Amino acid sequence: MTVYLNGMPKNISEKTLFSAFPKKENTIVILNGFQISDDTELKENDEIYIIEKGVLPCRNQLEAMMSARHTPKIHKILKNSKVAVAGLGGLGSNIAVCLSRIGVGNLFLVDFDIVEPSNLNRQCYYIKHIGMPKTEALKGQLEEINPFINISSKNIKVTKENVKELFEGFDIICEAFDNPEAKAEFLISAKTYFPDTKIVCASGMAGYGSSNDIKTEKKMKNVYVCGDFETGAKPGTGLMAPRVMICAGHQANMILRLLIGINEV
Amino acid sequence: MKFNGKQLPLLWPTNLLDFLKLQNIQVDRVAVELNGKIIPRESFFNTILKDSDTIEIVCFVGGG
Repeated sequence: MTVYLNGMPKNISEKTLFSAFPKKENTIVILNGFQISDDTELKENDEIYIIEKGVLPCRNQLEAMMSARHTPKIHKILKNSKVAVAGLGGLGSNIAVCLSRIGVGNLFLVDFDIVEPSNLNRQCYYIKHIGMPKTEALKGQLEEINPFINISSKNIKVTKENVKELFEGFDIICEAFDNPEAKAEFLISAKTYFPDTKIVCASGMAGYGSSNDIKTEKKMKNVYVCGDFETGAKPGTGLMAPRVMICAGHQANMILRLLIGINEV
Repeated sequence: MKFNGKQLPLLWPTNLLDFLKLQNIQVDRVAVELNGKIIPRESFFNTILKDSDTIEIVCFVGGG
Protein backbone atom coordinates (compact mmCIF):
# COMPACT_ATOMS: atom_id res chain seq x y z
CA MET A 1 0.00 0.00 0.00
CA THR A 2 0.98 3.65 -0.33
CA VAL A 3 1.42 5.81 2.73
CA TYR A 4 2.94 9.26 3.13
CA LEU A 5 6.08 9.59 5.24
CA ASN A 6 6.99 13.17 6.11
CA GLY A 7 4.94 14.32 3.11
CA MET A 8 6.50 11.89 0.59
CA PRO A 9 4.64 8.86 -0.87
CA LYS A 10 6.09 5.47 0.10
CA ASN A 11 5.13 1.97 -1.00
CA ILE A 12 5.24 -0.52 1.85
CA SER A 13 4.36 -4.17 2.28
CA GLU A 14 4.24 -4.11 6.11
CA LYS A 15 0.82 -3.92 7.77
CA THR A 16 1.66 -1.96 10.93
CA LEU A 17 3.36 1.34 11.63
CA PHE A 18 6.36 0.14 13.63
CA SER A 19 7.03 -2.87 11.41
CA ALA A 20 7.29 -0.50 8.43
CA PHE A 21 9.11 2.25 10.34
CA PRO A 22 10.81 0.84 13.48
CA LYS A 23 10.47 3.19 16.47
CA LYS A 24 13.70 4.95 17.37
CA GLU A 25 14.75 6.77 20.53
CA ASN A 26 14.29 10.55 20.58
CA THR A 27 11.61 10.64 17.88
CA ILE A 28 7.97 11.68 17.82
CA VAL A 29 5.57 9.69 15.63
CA ILE A 30 2.42 11.36 14.32
CA LEU A 31 -0.23 9.35 12.46
CA ASN A 32 -2.99 11.31 10.66
CA GLY A 33 -2.52 14.39 12.85
CA PHE A 34 -2.35 12.48 16.15
CA GLN A 35 0.75 11.65 18.18
CA ILE A 36 0.94 7.95 19.04
CA SER A 37 3.23 5.66 21.00
CA ASP A 38 1.69 2.19 20.40
CA ASP A 39 2.01 0.22 17.19
CA THR A 40 -1.00 0.68 14.93
CA GLU A 41 -2.36 -0.96 11.81
CA LEU A 42 -1.80 1.14 8.70
CA LYS A 43 -4.31 1.95 5.96
CA GLU A 44 -3.88 3.19 2.39
CA ASN A 45 -2.97 6.92 2.21
CA ASP A 46 -2.20 7.24 5.92
CA GLU A 47 -0.05 10.27 6.73
CA ILE A 48 2.89 9.51 8.97
CA TYR A 49 5.41 11.97 10.35
CA ILE A 50 8.54 10.92 12.16
CA ILE A 51 10.21 13.91 13.75
CA GLU A 52 13.60 13.85 15.43
CA LYS A 53 13.42 15.92 18.63
CA GLY A 54 15.52 19.08 18.79
CA VAL A 55 16.78 18.87 15.22
CA LEU A 56 16.05 21.77 12.84
CA PRO A 57 15.18 20.17 9.50
CA CYS A 58 15.76 21.74 6.07
CA ARG A 59 13.09 24.09 4.76
CA ASN A 60 11.05 21.72 2.59
CA GLN A 61 11.05 19.05 5.30
CA LEU A 62 10.11 21.67 7.88
CA GLU A 63 6.86 22.48 6.11
CA ALA A 64 5.87 18.82 5.96
CA MET A 65 6.72 18.37 9.65
CA MET A 66 4.86 21.51 10.71
CA SER A 67 1.77 20.24 8.96
CA ALA A 68 2.06 16.90 10.79
CA ARG A 69 -0.34 18.14 13.47
CA HIS A 70 -2.77 19.62 10.98
CA THR A 71 -5.73 17.41 10.32
CA PRO A 72 -5.25 15.83 6.85
CA LYS A 73 -7.45 17.29 4.06
CA ILE A 74 -8.36 20.32 6.20
CA HIS A 75 -4.84 21.70 5.92
CA LYS A 76 -5.13 21.81 2.15
CA ILE A 77 -8.33 23.86 2.34
CA LEU A 78 -6.77 26.25 4.85
CA LYS A 79 -3.64 26.70 2.78
CA ASN A 80 -5.72 27.89 -0.18
CA SER A 81 -7.89 30.27 1.83
CA LYS A 82 -7.76 34.05 2.16
CA VAL A 83 -8.63 35.88 5.37
CA ALA A 84 -8.47 39.63 6.07
CA VAL A 85 -8.07 40.89 9.64
CA ALA A 86 -9.14 44.49 10.24
CA GLY A 87 -7.56 45.89 13.40
CA LEU A 88 -4.46 44.37 15.04
CA GLY A 89 -5.07 45.03 18.73
CA GLY A 90 -5.92 42.48 21.41
CA LEU A 91 -8.30 40.61 19.13
CA GLY A 92 -6.65 40.96 15.72
CA SER A 93 -3.08 40.17 16.81
CA ASN A 94 -4.15 37.02 18.66
CA ILE A 95 -6.51 35.94 15.86
CA ALA A 96 -3.72 36.33 13.30
CA VAL A 97 -1.40 34.19 15.45
CA CYS A 98 -4.04 31.42 15.59
CA LEU A 99 -4.68 31.55 11.86
CA SER A 100 -0.94 31.42 11.11
CA ARG A 101 -0.45 28.42 13.37
CA ILE A 102 -3.20 26.44 11.65
CA GLY A 103 -1.73 27.34 8.27
CA VAL A 104 -4.28 29.72 6.72
CA GLY A 105 -2.38 30.34 3.50
CA ASN A 106 -3.14 33.99 2.77
CA LEU A 107 -3.50 36.58 5.50
CA PHE A 108 -4.09 40.30 5.03
CA LEU A 109 -3.48 42.49 8.08
CA VAL A 110 -4.69 46.08 8.41
CA ASP A 111 -4.05 48.65 11.14
CA PHE A 112 -2.96 52.29 11.24
CA ASP A 113 -1.41 52.36 14.72
CA ILE A 114 1.96 51.78 16.32
CA VAL A 115 2.67 49.49 19.30
CA GLU A 116 2.43 51.33 22.64
CA PRO A 117 3.35 50.20 26.16
CA SER A 118 -0.36 50.05 27.14
CA ASN A 119 -0.97 47.45 24.41
CA LEU A 120 1.21 44.80 26.03
CA ASN A 121 -1.39 43.81 28.66
CA ARG A 122 -3.36 41.89 26.02
CA GLN A 123 -1.96 42.31 22.53
CA CYS A 124 0.55 39.97 20.95
CA TYR A 125 3.56 42.30 20.95
CA TYR A 126 6.82 42.59 22.89
CA ILE A 127 8.80 45.46 24.42
CA LYS A 128 11.06 45.46 21.35
CA HIS A 129 8.03 46.32 19.17
CA ILE A 130 7.17 49.57 20.97
CA GLY A 131 7.04 52.37 18.41
CA MET A 132 6.77 50.00 15.42
CA PRO A 133 3.68 49.91 13.20
CA LYS A 134 1.50 47.00 14.37
CA THR A 135 1.36 45.64 10.81
CA GLU A 136 5.15 45.33 10.71
CA ALA A 137 5.54 44.03 14.29
CA LEU A 138 2.89 41.34 13.77
CA LYS A 139 4.04 40.31 10.29
CA GLY A 140 7.53 39.69 11.69
CA GLN A 141 6.17 37.40 14.40
CA LEU A 142 3.90 35.47 12.05
CA GLU A 143 6.75 34.82 9.64
CA GLU A 144 8.63 33.20 12.54
CA ILE A 145 5.61 31.12 13.53
CA ASN A 146 4.84 29.91 10.01
CA PRO A 147 7.16 30.86 7.13
CA PHE A 148 5.01 28.92 4.65
CA ILE A 149 2.05 31.30 4.43
CA ASN A 150 1.63 34.56 2.50
CA ILE A 151 1.20 37.58 4.72
CA SER A 152 0.40 40.98 3.29
CA SER A 153 -0.38 44.10 5.28
CA LYS A 154 -1.40 47.69 4.95
CA ASN A 155 -0.63 50.46 7.44
CA ILE A 156 -3.79 52.51 6.93
CA LYS A 157 -6.87 53.68 8.81
CA VAL A 158 -9.95 51.81 7.61
CA THR A 159 -12.80 54.14 6.70
CA LYS A 160 -16.08 53.57 4.87
CA GLU A 161 -14.40 55.13 1.83
CA ASN A 162 -11.61 52.53 1.53
CA VAL A 163 -13.39 49.33 2.69
CA LYS A 164 -14.30 48.35 -0.87
CA GLU A 165 -10.77 48.49 -2.29
CA LEU A 166 -9.05 47.06 0.80
CA PHE A 167 -11.25 44.02 1.45
CA GLU A 168 -12.20 42.80 -2.02
CA GLY A 169 -11.64 39.10 -2.77
CA PHE A 170 -11.39 37.45 0.66
CA ASP A 171 -13.16 34.30 1.86
CA ILE A 172 -13.64 35.77 5.32
CA ILE A 173 -13.37 39.29 6.71
CA CYS A 174 -12.62 39.59 10.40
CA GLU A 175 -13.61 42.73 12.33
CA ALA A 176 -11.23 43.25 15.23
CA PHE A 177 -11.46 46.95 16.05
CA ASP A 178 -11.66 48.48 19.51
CA ASN A 179 -13.93 51.47 18.96
CA PRO A 180 -17.68 50.62 18.87
CA GLU A 181 -18.53 53.24 16.24
CA ALA A 182 -15.71 51.96 14.01
CA LYS A 183 -16.96 48.38 14.49
CA ALA A 184 -20.51 49.32 13.43
CA GLU A 185 -19.38 51.42 10.50
CA PHE A 186 -17.07 48.66 9.27
CA LEU A 187 -19.79 46.01 9.45
CA ILE A 188 -22.22 48.26 7.56
CA SER A 189 -19.69 49.04 4.81
CA ALA A 190 -18.30 45.51 4.49
CA LYS A 191 -21.79 44.01 4.32
CA THR A 192 -22.89 46.62 1.78
CA TYR A 193 -19.99 45.94 -0.59
CA PHE A 194 -19.56 42.22 0.08
CA PRO A 195 -23.00 40.80 0.96
CA ASP A 196 -21.87 37.23 0.15
CA THR A 197 -18.66 37.29 2.20
CA LYS A 198 -18.70 35.89 5.72
CA ILE A 199 -17.86 38.51 8.35
CA VAL A 200 -16.74 37.58 11.88
CA CYS A 201 -17.04 40.41 14.45
CA ALA A 202 -16.62 40.86 18.20
CA SER A 203 -18.55 42.74 20.86
CA GLY A 204 -18.13 42.56 24.63
CA MET A 205 -14.97 41.07 26.11
CA ALA A 206 -13.79 43.63 28.71
CA GLY A 207 -13.20 42.90 32.39
CA TYR A 208 -12.92 39.57 34.20
CA GLY A 209 -16.46 38.21 34.05
CA SER A 210 -17.05 34.51 33.47
CA SER A 211 -15.25 32.99 30.52
CA ASN A 212 -18.46 31.11 29.76
CA ASP A 213 -20.41 34.30 29.02
CA ILE A 214 -18.38 34.72 25.84
CA LYS A 215 -20.09 32.98 22.95
CA THR A 216 -20.42 32.98 19.17
CA GLU A 217 -23.76 33.84 17.55
CA LYS A 218 -24.96 34.19 13.99
CA LYS A 219 -26.64 37.57 13.90
CA MET A 220 -27.49 38.37 10.29
CA LYS A 221 -26.98 36.64 6.95
CA ASN A 222 -23.24 35.85 6.78
CA VAL A 223 -22.46 37.74 10.01
CA TYR A 224 -21.08 36.07 13.13
CA VAL A 225 -20.48 37.94 16.39
CA CYS A 226 -18.34 36.73 19.30
CA GLY A 227 -18.33 38.12 22.84
CA ASP A 228 -20.70 38.54 25.77
CA PHE A 229 -22.43 41.34 23.79
CA GLU A 230 -22.60 43.67 26.79
CA THR A 231 -19.33 44.23 28.65
CA GLY A 232 -17.71 47.22 26.96
CA ALA A 233 -14.39 48.74 27.96
CA LYS A 234 -14.92 51.70 30.29
CA PRO A 235 -13.26 53.32 33.31
CA GLY A 236 -13.08 50.59 35.95
CA THR A 237 -13.63 47.79 33.41
CA GLY A 238 -10.45 47.46 31.42
CA LEU A 239 -9.49 45.08 28.67
CA MET A 240 -7.49 42.14 29.99
CA ALA A 241 -5.63 39.39 28.20
CA PRO A 242 -7.71 36.36 29.27
CA ARG A 243 -11.17 37.44 28.07
CA VAL A 244 -9.79 39.26 25.03
CA MET A 245 -7.91 36.10 24.07
CA ILE A 246 -10.97 33.91 24.71
CA CYS A 247 -12.94 36.15 22.37
CA ALA A 248 -10.11 36.11 19.81
CA GLY A 249 -10.15 32.30 20.09
CA HIS A 250 -13.90 32.28 19.40
CA GLN A 251 -13.38 34.42 16.31
CA ALA A 252 -10.45 32.34 15.05
CA ASN A 253 -12.37 29.08 15.56
CA MET A 254 -15.46 30.45 13.78
CA ILE A 255 -13.20 31.51 10.90
CA LEU A 256 -11.71 28.01 10.81
CA ARG A 257 -15.17 26.41 10.82
CA LEU A 258 -16.40 28.67 8.03
CA LEU A 259 -13.30 28.00 5.93
CA ILE A 260 -13.91 24.26 6.06
CA GLY A 261 -17.57 24.73 5.20
CA ILE A 262 -19.32 24.56 8.59
CA ASN A 263 -21.74 27.49 8.86
CA GLU A 264 -23.22 26.67 12.27
CA VAL A 265 -21.68 28.45 15.27
CA MET B 1 -42.62 42.41 13.19
CA LYS B 2 -39.70 40.11 13.86
CA PHE B 3 -36.89 41.80 15.82
CA ASN B 4 -33.67 39.80 16.46
CA GLY B 5 -35.58 36.55 16.17
CA LYS B 6 -38.46 37.59 18.47
CA GLN B 7 -41.97 38.70 17.54
CA LEU B 8 -42.63 42.31 18.44
CA PRO B 9 -45.98 43.96 17.67
CA LEU B 10 -45.62 47.17 15.69
CA LEU B 11 -48.48 49.29 17.05
CA TRP B 12 -48.19 52.23 14.66
CA PRO B 13 -46.08 53.03 11.59
CA THR B 14 -42.66 54.24 12.64
CA ASN B 15 -39.35 55.00 10.98
CA LEU B 16 -36.27 52.93 11.74
CA LEU B 17 -34.48 55.76 13.56
CA ASP B 18 -37.33 56.28 16.04
CA PHE B 19 -37.72 52.54 16.48
CA LEU B 20 -34.03 52.13 17.42
CA LYS B 21 -34.19 55.06 19.84
CA LEU B 22 -37.30 53.57 21.44
CA GLN B 23 -35.33 50.34 21.97
CA ASN B 24 -32.57 52.40 23.69
CA ILE B 25 -30.08 51.54 20.96
CA GLN B 26 -27.16 53.88 20.26
CA VAL B 27 -27.62 54.65 16.60
CA ASP B 28 -23.92 55.20 15.81
CA ARG B 29 -22.99 51.78 17.25
CA VAL B 30 -25.49 49.65 15.40
CA ALA B 31 -25.70 47.83 12.06
CA VAL B 32 -29.22 47.04 10.85
CA GLU B 33 -30.34 44.37 8.42
CA LEU B 34 -33.93 44.82 7.25
CA ASN B 35 -35.46 41.87 5.38
CA GLY B 36 -31.98 40.58 4.55
CA LYS B 37 -30.55 43.91 3.35
CA ILE B 38 -28.13 46.12 5.22
CA ILE B 39 -29.46 49.66 5.73
CA PRO B 40 -27.06 52.62 5.45
CA ARG B 41 -27.18 54.87 8.51
CA GLU B 42 -28.29 57.86 6.41
CA SER B 43 -31.46 55.97 5.46
CA PHE B 44 -32.64 55.16 9.00
CA PHE B 45 -34.99 58.17 9.12
CA ASN B 46 -36.54 57.51 5.73
CA THR B 47 -37.05 53.80 6.30
CA ILE B 48 -40.63 53.15 7.41
CA LEU B 49 -41.17 49.84 9.20
CA LYS B 50 -44.05 47.48 8.48
CA ASP B 51 -45.51 44.72 10.62
CA SER B 52 -44.28 42.14 8.09
CA ASP B 53 -40.63 43.25 8.42
CA THR B 54 -37.78 41.20 9.81
CA ILE B 55 -35.06 43.21 11.53
CA GLU B 56 -31.71 41.87 12.69
CA ILE B 57 -29.33 44.24 14.43
CA VAL B 58 -25.81 44.05 15.77
CA CYS B 59 -25.17 46.64 18.46
CA PHE B 60 -21.51 46.98 19.44
CA VAL B 61 -19.85 47.78 22.74
CA GLY B 62 -16.22 48.94 22.83
CA GLY B 63 -13.13 46.82 23.29
CA GLY B 64 -10.73 44.75 21.26
